[in-house]
Amino acid sequence: METNQKENAPTNVVGKPLDRVDGPAKVTGAARYSAEISVPGTVHGVLKTSTIAKGRITGIDTSRAAKEPGILNIFTHENLPKPAKTPKQIEKWRAAQSYLPMQDNQIQYAGQPVALVVATTLEAATQAAALIRVTYQAETPIDSYHDPKAELFDPQKIQQGKKDGHVVRGNPQQAYNGAAVKHEATYVHAINHHSPMEPAATLAVWEGADKLTVYEASQNVTMHQGNLAELLGMPREQIRVVTKYIGGGFGCKGSFWPHTILTVLAARAVNRPVKLALTRQQMFTGVGHREDQEQTLKMGATAEGKLVSIVHTKKATTSPWDNYTESNGKVMDMLYACENYSTVYELARANVMTSVWMRAPGEAPGSFALESSMDDLANQLNLDPLEIRLRNYADYDHSNGKPWSSKSLKQCYTRGAELFGWSKRNPKPGQTRRGKLLVGHGMASATYPVHSSQGTARVRLFADGHAVVEAGATDLGTGTYTVMTQVSADALGLPPEKIRFELGDTRLPTAPGSGGSVAAGTVASSIMAAAEDVWDKVVKMAVADKKSPLYKAKPTDVKVELGRMFLSKDPKKGETLLAALGRSGQPDIEGSGTGKYGAGYEEKNFGQNGANQNDDKQKPGGHSMHSFGAHFCEVEVDPDLGTIRVTRWVGVHGAGTVLNLKTATSQMTGGAIYGIGAALMEDTFRDPNFARYTNADLAGYHVPVNADIPNIQVEFVPETDPYINYLGVKGIGELGMVGVAAAVANAVFNATGRRLRSLPMTPDKVLEALRLPA
Amino acid sequence: MPGPTTPAPLNPDGSRRTFMKQAGGFLGLALAPPFLSQAERLTALSKKVEGVSTISLKVNGTVRAIRAEPRVTLLDALREYLDLTGSKKGCDHGQCGACTVLVDGRRVNSCLTLAVMSQGKEITTIEGLAKEGGELHPMQAAFLKHDGFQCGYCTPGQIMSAVACVQEGHAGSEAEVREWMSGNLCRCSAYPNITAAILEAKGQMG
Repeated sequence: METNQKENAPTNVVGKPLDRVDGPAKVTGAARYSAEISVPGTVHGVLKTSTIAKGRITGIDTSRAAKEPGILNIFTHENLPKPAKTPKQIEKWRAAQSYLPMQDNQIQYAGQPVALVVATTLEAATQAAALIRVTYQAETPIDSYHDPKAELFDPQKIQQGKKDGHVVRGNPQQAYNGAAVKHEATYVHAINHHSPMEPAATLAVWEGADKLTVYEASQNVTMHQGNLAELLGMPREQIRVVTKYIGGGFGCKGSFWPHTILTVLAARAVNRPVKLALTRQQMFTGVGHREDQEQTLKMGATAEGKLVSIVHTKKATTSPWDNYTESNGKVMDMLYACENYSTVYELARANVMTSVWMRAPGEAPGSFALESSMDDLANQLNLDPLEIRLRNYADYDHSNGKPWSSKSLKQCYTRGAELFGWSKRNPKPGQTRRGKLLVGHGMASATYPVHSSQGTARVRLFADGHAVVEAGATDLGTGTYTVMTQVSADALGLPPEKIRFELGDTRLPTAPGSGGSVAAGTVASSIMAAAEDVWDKVVKMAVADKKSPLYKAKPTDVKVELGRMFLSKDPKKGETLLAALGRSGQPDIEGSGTGKYGAGYEEKNFGQNGANQNDDKQKPGGHSMHSFGAHFCEVEVDPDLGTIRVTRWVGVHGAGTVLNLKTATSQMTGGAIYGIGAALMEDTFRDPNFARYTNADLAGYHVPVNADIPNIQVEFVPETDPYINYLGVKGIGELGMVGVAAAVANAVFNATGRRLRSLPMTPDKVLEALRLPA
Repeated sequence: MPGPTTPAPLNPDGSRRTFMKQAGGFLGLALAPPFLSQAERLTALSKKVEGVSTISLKVNGTVRAIRAEPRVTLLDALREYLDLTGSKKGCDHGQCGACTVLVDGRRVNSCLTLAVMSQGKEITTIEGLAKEGGELHPMQAAFLKHDGFQCGYCTPGQIMSAVACVQEGHAGSEAEVREWMSGNLCRCSAYPNITAAILEAKGQMG
């Protein structure tokens, strides 16, 4: 058996633009999301949340609420049963926020749960929640890092102590001071909310005192199970978390939030299954957000435009308890060839819940600053934006000195420029008009790391020619069901309709959640490892079977490709897995395996030969692993109204093996649009006096609608990468969004001659910029 | 606790006439002379519709009765009382379009519609779009082919809206489809694929 896979395995179904296998269920309404699971006896939970952002509860009057029909209980901090442990007491707490509300009378943020009503109907629970009267002793809250009352502090470590708050390479300040060309600018990013279409939901079903099933809108069932086990003081295996379908997440459903445990505790107390879905308004104060932040970026370059220094600082708002902030610096550390680099994070505590990873956390706002500054430098030096990027092209990863496992950024630039017609762009800003509209063209680079991850899978091949493949992953709409069906089909040599791939259940083998773009590569590798286990067993059967063409062959001389076993030296001599299994009389055969993604895969298959990386997720490995891409954008700016319309988009990416061209293209298209939303309209506004959101719904928080979006052209350049995982897959969940806001801002600069450095680029900001001289 | 209830007559054919009788309460109020005080008008309203009653809904061609309060929205009636969970709750405020269903052929946000007011009308949900036997409606097939969705949560609303968009004659061009489909949010942002699907299905809807 050849397990040391030096080249990516041959494929048949993998890569094809197969329709989604879960598509029929989704277009007919048959797909059931977490709040739609039908469990007899289910009752409804509704949260009541605080109207103040800081202070304490002085009284809760539930008398009127209790008169609603069908009320089973109204829980407050006074009567809600306590969990075995609070997050603060849990050493391995796996979530951004460590604060659990409803444990005492303290209020730390607006929208914090203060009561949970359980009733037989949703209407009664909703009405009762409205009728509860809560009185508060309010204090003046702090709304953000720019509140005069806020105190910026140096967190030393960020993200629960997992990442350094200071990163320094070389001598960045000195290099900056001596640079021939200098550029310094500050970039502001508004608060953004993930806003998946499906609100967060929990359906908690207790079977006795020590067995719990939770249907949760979860990007990571293993994480939810682990945290619940700790909070409840129960063994993991007594808790089952199920997520068969999830209506988007974008990060917010990949962390653990208060409503889940509150619902579970309430369900135990009322002895009924309890279903609780956050309202859309509660989605703005219930599941995190991308934090409000500003970055100051100083870049020094030679007269030829070669970077000599990048000095980056970030200020951001965090919660009263946690030091979460996105690591914007990592993209600046590695995207270009630059010997001197530093980043420093400063945080301020405010009365807000803890922010959390949101699609391309760090890379999205970080690339906005970096790629806008690069555009400015290009303009300053009279260079084409593509040219300055090529002059600073990193042939290896300067953040750690390692060679790339693969990198196709130059091909992305070339192909993107060709598709877009970049050579026809007028380099002079403010010169191109279409009627009264100003037209501009801009571009930016994209990149995202291959994080190290691993998972397990089980493959059961039946002699009748079908297979069941299982891994406890999730499908956010990312296509996991579909692409894993394709991977399984090729691993076993079966048509995809003969594969049933199951996911989203802690009873299945443990797999990573959907986050950090690790799911596709990890689960695919796990399935291949499990399939190899099946191959091994069937090969052993075949070499011992007189009727097999492989009879008496050494198992190590046998190779398996696309479900067929054959002699490595004489490929004609062989047979299918199914032929051998069929003769054995066994109805089926089962295999399991652990697959690795990223550095762990390289280490296992290629040995250790590299330096440590400045990231706990990255184990020692020889190569630096990233996907890359390039965005090209055309905008029209209305000089009278200040409106910006994106009219054309081209994105070209190098992301290793593409498992399904159709779903991958859709995901990259969606990434670009998600980025356009952040660039042009997404802004949750926190009132500076009350620290409450003033636009916490989908009428006030604008996300792109169909009419906002032109056709988006996406291509992948062919790329083979033997180091990252069995099939050479790089995740694409985040990549498509990185650099998008900068590409838009750069196009706006080309259209107007004005540089907008505050997101979103709303008409008021555009008009203000246009009033000032270019 | 709710007051005594008078169950509405079960209405097996879901005819409009019965609906009009029940709606008479509302209609009467709307036409009530101005000398009636606001309080009297509200009293009349609460008397008419208070408490749990039988509500008959004709959904996908079949009349089904539920016992529910008048404050139950059509969306919650479908999802929580009839176990038709294809219609989705994204915002409950008519801001996202995930709950879109057809009522007498028109697209409506079922989260902004009371179930009690939907009696006697033809309600079509995503579950009623495919033919018996499972053959997909051309719009469903086009969404599948063009990958007009990712997570699938907005999809039933998009498809119901898309069917109406074509029937209204608002699918004449790419730009027109985009405009008339902008009441349905898709956070995965399958918009270009949704538009392509609608333009294709239009030709097959006859």
